[in-house]
Amino acid sequence: MRVPLSWLREYVDLPATETGRDVQAKLISAGLEVETVEQLGADLKGPLVVGQVLTIEELEGFKKPIRFCTVDVGQANGTGEPQEIVCGARNFSVGDKVVVVLPGAVLPGGFAIAARKTYGKVSHGMICSADELGMGDDGSHGIIVLPPEHEVGTDAIELLQLVDEVLDIAVTPDRGYCLSLRGVAREAAIAYGRPLLDPALLDVPAPNAFGHPVRISDPFGCDRFTARTVTGLDPEARSPIWLKRRLQKAGMRPISLAVDITNYVMLELGQPLHAYDRGRVQGAIGVRRAERGEKLTTLDGVARTLSTEDLVITDERGPIGLAGVMGGAHTEIDDTEGTTTEVVIEAAHFDPVAIARTARRHRMSSEASRRFERGVDPQAASAAAQRTVDLLVLLAGGTADAGVTEVVAPSAPRTITIPADHPDKVAGVTYGRETVVRRLQQIGCDVYGQDELIVTVPSWRPDLTDPNDLAEEVIRLEGYENLPSTLPRPLPGHGLTDRQRLHSRVGRALAGAGYVEALNYPFIGEAALDQLGLEADDPRRTVVSLVNPLSDEEPSLRTTLLPGLLGALRRNDGRGSHDLALFETGLVFRPTGQEEIPARLPADRRPTDEELAALDTALPHQPRRVAVVLAGAREQAGWWGKGRPTDWADAIEAARLVAREAGTELTVRADQHAPWHPGRCAALYAEVDGVQTLVGHAGELHPRVVKAMHLPERTCAMEVDLDLIQGAGDGIVRAPRISSFPVATQDVALVVDKPVPAAEVEAALREGAGELLEAIRLFDVYENAEQLGEGRKSLAYALRFRAPDRTLTVDEASAARDAAVALAAERTGAVLRG
Amino acid sequence: MSAPNKSYDPVEVEALKPEEIERMRDEALAAFAAADSLDALHEAKVAHTGPASPLALANREIGALPPHAKADAGKRVGMARGAVNKALAGRQAELEAERDARVLVEEAVDVTLPYDRVPAGARHPLTTMMERVADVFVSMGYEIAEGPEVEAEWFNFDALNIAPDHPARTMQDTFFVEGGKGEDSGVVLRTHTSPVQIRSLLHREPPVYVVCPGRVYRTDELDATHTPVFHQIELLAVDEGLTMADLKGTLDHMVQSLFGADMKTRLRPNYFPFTEPSAEMDMLCYVCKGTSVGNPDRPCRTCSSEGWIELGGCGMVNPRVLTACGVDPQRYSGFAFGFGIERMLMFRHNVEDMRDMVEGDVRFTRPFGMEI
Repeated sequence: MRVPLSWLREYVDLPATETGRDVQAKLISAGLEVETVEQLGADLKGPLVVGQVLTIEELEGFKKPIRFCTVDVGQANGTGEPQEIVCGARNFSVGDKVVVVLPGAVLPGGFAIAARKTYGKVSHGMICSADELGMGDDGSHGIIVLPPEHEVGTDAIELLQLVDEVLDIAVTPDRGYCLSLRGVAREAAIAYGRPLLDPALLDVPAPNAFGHPVRISDPFGCDRFTARTVTGLDPEARSPIWLKRRLQKAGMRPISLAVDITNYVMLELGQPLHAYDRGRVQGAIGVRRAERGEKLTTLDGVARTLSTEDLVITDERGPIGLAGVMGGAHTEIDDTEGTTTEVVIEAAHFDPVAIARTARRHRMSSEASRRFERGVDPQAASAAAQRTVDLLVLLAGGTADAGVTEVVAPSAPRTITIPADHPDKVAGVTYGRETVVRRLQQIGCDVYGQDELIVTVPSWRPDLTDPNDLAEEVIRLEGYENLPSTLPRPLPGHGLTDRQRLHSRVGRALAGAGYVEALNYPFIGEAALDQLGLEADDPRRTVVSLVNPLSDEEPSLRTTLLPGLLGALRRNDGRGSHDLALFETGLVFRPTGQEEIPARLPADRRPTDEELAALDTALPHQPRRVAVVLAGAREQAGWWGKGRPTDWADAIEAARLVAREAGTELTVRADQHAPWHPGRCAALYAEVDGVQTLVGHAGELHPRVVKAMHLPERTCAMEVDLDLIQGAGDGIVRAPRISSFPVATQDVALVVDKPVPAAEVEAALREGAGELLEAIRLFDVYENAEQLGEGRKSLAYALRFRAPDRTLTVDEASAARDAAVALAAERTGAVLRG
Repeated sequence: MSAPNKSYDPVEVEALKPEEIERMRDEALAAFAAADSLDALHEAKVAHTGPASPLALANREIGALPPHAKADAGKRVGMARGAVNKALAGRQAELEAERDARVLVEEAVDVTLPYDRVPAGARHPLTTMMERVADVFVSMGYEIAEGPEVEAEWFNFDALNIAPDHPARTMQDTFFVEGGKGEDSGVVLRTHTSPVQIRSLLHREPPVYVVCPGRVYRTDELDATHTPVFHQIELLAVDEGLTMADLKGTLDHMVQSLFGADMKTRLRPNYFPFTEPSAEMDMLCYVCKGTSVGNPDRPCRTCSSEGWIELGGCGMVNPRVLTACGVDPQRYSGFAFGFGIERMLMFRHNVEDMRDMVEGDVRFTRPFGMEI
């Protein structure tokens, strides 16, 4: 809502020295979001005067038509001689009154005017367009031609009201009444403690039976309809300057007198109005819901098929307007041919929900629908109709018809009962009954009662329905800025949950290991799943999809973190960072296949536990995952020596690191699982509730995936389910017993067939060595067909033995080692390398 | 044991003459002083203190002396040997110090060599910012609550007093999840973390003090100031007798914890369906502290010389929300607030483009490290 300060002052006697910024500050603290104060004509300087065109000489030989004019500007130029001006516009004739800017003046934008030579003539000033004067679009597409009654030499800055301040207010949905000068003036009047000159206080004739007939068949959709008729309009009458200027400053374009008047009254009182060309309306005006398949061409020229929920205005033949949203083209006032001499004015009140739905359904938000959606003062309808009639009589020479139609559905004023100290309790401030009552009265409430206040809310405040609404009114008028600052004392809390702590710890651990966190969008498409090489029946292809995705290429939610993370890897690589280690923790979305459309639950009571549980079954499974991707060098080359390229083992180690943070250990097994390299893919298991459970995969990506996704060669990745891993954690660490007796170390090299997993050999050694084994470490893997035989490999382990209560003898350590080797031999065919 | 050699003729033993012993000592001292390396010193040591050295041999002669001469000779030899050993140790220490000094110089390295063998990792600043804010409240006794990102409309809208025809429930704002056969699924991507408040209230008995950080979704195209996926943190307190003054105090405490003791907040009336009264909350500009207002010579980029920075929305929990969660609004009241983490990161850390927080470029994230 744009509010010209000069207009606002008409209803509130603001102190003369108050600037727009002052008023802005007051209104902001009263809760109106005044976003800007536009300074119209701030840098404008005269002389800018009314002139009359005396002669026009068409200059030839230029690319565009140019006129050399003489203009009578009276004594404004100091000589009284005609002013010679070159002008490129063509929408004027000899004798027209125009706006002339003389040398020495400055136009908006710092455009200084001086006599200057142009098109072979000297131009002593300019004939101005609305645009050049910063007035906004007036629809003339040329210079301003003034009505003939204005005197030559008159100051046009004053005449055109070029200097003003305009408050631009973002009106919140609860403050529909502030979509009018009347509403903003009411707030300003309270803020300044001045009386409001209410423009809706008009003498309105009583309804009678002679007005244009109106039939409401849906009194819920339309609870009030006022119809007034004005005849004998002068089709030649044009909107006066003041009217046009106020519309322009408020952000509306002047169109024609009748339309301008309805718009003006809407801005003034907040009541949307519609003027029908009476000659085009046949029979009674009706209000009903549209019938199935009914059609209407609206004022914007769009032919619309109506829904049975749409409220329509009809005449005998059918719909002539979408109620409260937009009129129909057929009954439009004729502003081009100028044939309209009689109009019927509609000032009605419609159900906000019906209007909101219709506006949304037809994707048309109009000035009218915006107001109806937010609540229009039903009591202002007849005043608004009266104001429109008055202006049509005044400005268009019309005659008010004696007939006054008013159809009103009965309704009672709304009351809210609150304890007088309710605002005090909400605010934490003792305002006292007197203040509470005074503030409520200021906003237009009637208040009765002592300890219990019975508050009748004003018709323009449909948003006031609950005790807290009234509390807010009192608190905001007393000033949010005056609220004290106190601290409640919550109960002692329990800190973070295990899940939350793990999430944070995993992030820290990975960052500590050199990984950089990326937070990627969860949107994916088929293409991403294809690139990962997932089989047709892969569960990761079962996705949650959006009705209205931002991109049709990515209409679904991720079932794995990898597409987003690999995208970030590729982006970094493309930008010149080639040695990369990225991680992400976040939710993935896995449909359960059991989702049911939830029933609509009420919000006026707590749903039952069963109802709530049903809501949750409508949701997909949303586990938290952690993933890493790696490419390039894991260790850089440098003065210390060679670098080390990243490899599959780094990815598995990242998973182990995550598991360690969760207080568990992973069991690693070879697997073949997209998108990993079939020979370099590990399935990762953790023991959850006593069961070895698959928690994720790690390894090097399949070369096909690398190629399809344009990733760096040998890109590696890991993804595990953090929630599962958390479940595997065994919580409290038991302190080990530390023996202070010496360690006995024994190295063994075992030769096995290549496919034998090292993990199995180690497990056998561990078990075979028994309890004296303190630690085991694989320190070398060696393959050499000549020495070991084809298809064989050597695994070298360092075994550390120690007893808790004595120094081990060499024999004891050797016996334990031999037992270890024996079991490895039995389980894996391992042969001790000589 | 044999009897003392009484018959031994105590002739003067040449080697035990005082002059001889002095000579031996002086030779040893000279040899040590002349040794210019530890090796040379070692040779001199063997020559002058070893078992075959003159002093050692002299010492052996002592036993052959008559008893009356033994003490004297023993004393002389002992003193000489003491002096020799002392000189040896002194020279040894000198030469070792010389060697050490030389070797340490040789072993010196260029300690300014850079070392980036494994470049440092980092957590995303949005993550650490969320943790940082949550920490303020956890230390006050609040708990962190989490919830699903794909959420039932009832939690995201209805329970929050956002009626079915509220403009927020249009496709312009909300991502809707597809149901089967073109049906309305009743499921959305949560547009705020407020549904977590609802879940908290439904499943806890008041008093409830929780903060809800998390990811939320709105149908904005990504540009310098918008992103369809962003992060919020919300707070909810429901207890007996909570007031707007408590809300104000909690907000003040938060900005003081995050931006300094002289910080404060300002509330401006606003409208949200889930709070009543509702307010927009601003914090004092932590850079200019308001001094840039009306002071064109010292403009502030952080607050555009407004003096205040818009933070988010807040208010007293609408009693209708309490009712929907089975909390008696006659007995309990509550307050809530929420704000965007991206925005806070932008003004707290001079991030100029929203896309930097989205794209995962390591050059953006690395400098933020582990904490914020």
